[in-house]
Amino acid sequence: MNKNRDHYYHAEDLKKFTHIGEFGKELADKFFAYYGAVFAEGALTAREKSLIALAVAHTVQCPYCIDAYATDATEKGCSEKQMMEAVHVAAAIRSGSSLVHSVQMMNKVKEISM
Amino acid sequence: MVKKSLSARHNPLASPVHQLEVLEHQSELPSFAEKLAEAGLPPLSPAGIEILQINIGKMCNQVCGHCHVDAGPDRKEIMTRDTMNECLNALQHLNVKTVDITGGAPELNPDFRWFIEAIRSLGKHVIVRCNLTIILANKKFYDLPVFYKEHKIEIASSLPFYNADRTDRQRGEGVFTDSIKALQMLNEVGYGKPDTGLLLNLVYNPSGAFLPGNQDQMERDFKSELKKHYGIVFNKLFCITNMPISRYLDYLISSGNYEKYMDRLISAFNPVAAQNVMCHNTLSVGWDGSLYDCDFNQMLELTVDANRTHISNFSLNQLSSRKIRVNQHCFGCTAGTGSSCGGSTT
Repeated sequence: MNKNRDHYYHAEDLKKFTHIGEFGKELADKFFAYYGAVFAEGALTAREKSLIALAVAHTVQCPYCIDAYATDATEKGCSEKQMMEAVHVAAAIRSGSSLVHSVQMMNKVKEISM
Repeated sequence: MVKKSLSARHNPLASPVHQLEVLEHQSELPSFAEKLAEAGLPPLSPAGIEILQINIGKMCNQVCGHCHVDAGPDRKEIMTRDTMNECLNALQHLNVKTVDITGGAPELNPDFRWFIEAIRSLGKHVIVRCNLTIILANKKFYDLPVFYKEHKIEIASSLPFYNADRTDRQRGEGVFTDSIKALQMLNEVGYGKPDTGLLLNLVYNPSGAFLPGNQDQMERDFKSELKKHYGIVFNKLFCITNMPISRYLDYLISSGNYEKYMDRLISAFNPVAAQNVMCHNTLSVGWDGSLYDCDFNQMLELTVDANRTHISNFSLNQLSSRKIRVNQHCFGCTAGTGSSCGGSTT
């Protein structure tokens, strides 16, 4: 293996995203058509969708997605404050989803305790 | 933060020849001319001269990080009254509707007001690219809003964001606060307000290595934020893409963003925007009277492709049949929704 490629993530691979059709064109075409439609202006603005994507990118911890949507949200005029608040929303849901399960832990502990 | 021009810092990128060498160095990228041909478009050519854009000097009270003019307090190039007279003489023979005055800070030219009055007396519409802070830079400029109002000048002013942080990172510390004060002074005399006919347009260009967003959305954001926090109103927001030349090119290279930015510009090439580029209807005049296809070619010292290249001796026939000189920086005008001195072009 090329030593320069001896890592799982490479920034330059982001622009090769569209190449996924090389191993399966039909599904790739359907995916990109869907992707384009999802991010078009709709009941939500393209900018709101970009902020949601940025938050989700942090939840799925995808460096490609963070790169793409940090740039996209900046281009769409989002401020640093707005982008950080979006990431905090993702973080709050992640931590909240852990913490809400503590009810289950508490229930179990109470169940087995005198 | 940038404190001096490239020229004052003796930076090699102060040389237009060196800038062109850098731009042409990435041989693996398609050239602008190739990209036009690939899209089935002919080489760019003029369709007439509707706008005469005149740069009356490179001196400026600011040293913005992205400035394509490499303007600053240390720049001494300034248009003389003789050259202004040559411009006025040309304007009498050209069917130009609009004269777009730029710099540097054009107000720093000692003959600025005389020139504006002379152009207006020819019945031409005048746009002044005012950097806002000049209005507060010295007592002698405090009355500029009234002067502009009296002569019905359209104002186009850069404001890269509606907060201090992003604005000051690009334009210098304290620029946002002074820009807000200047905008309030312009509003006070009626600029930007409905039914006054006094046009106040803002210019947004990205504070970094990214492209501008949707112009309508950005305008809504700017209007809402500036009104809510500072009571400021304005007419339109023009979104402009930063051209990879001069100080912005220096920023791109020193921040490690140059290759990615060029990739981005080229991958965002829009054939529709390529058909609406401003060099179709604009002629640019340098501080010394030399003629260019646009302000960016002016800074790269690419004079018009004609035998006579000065405002005092040009041939309208030659200018009308010339080919526009293009290079890799032209991708800046054709990326995404397109870019011109009047904002998006699609």
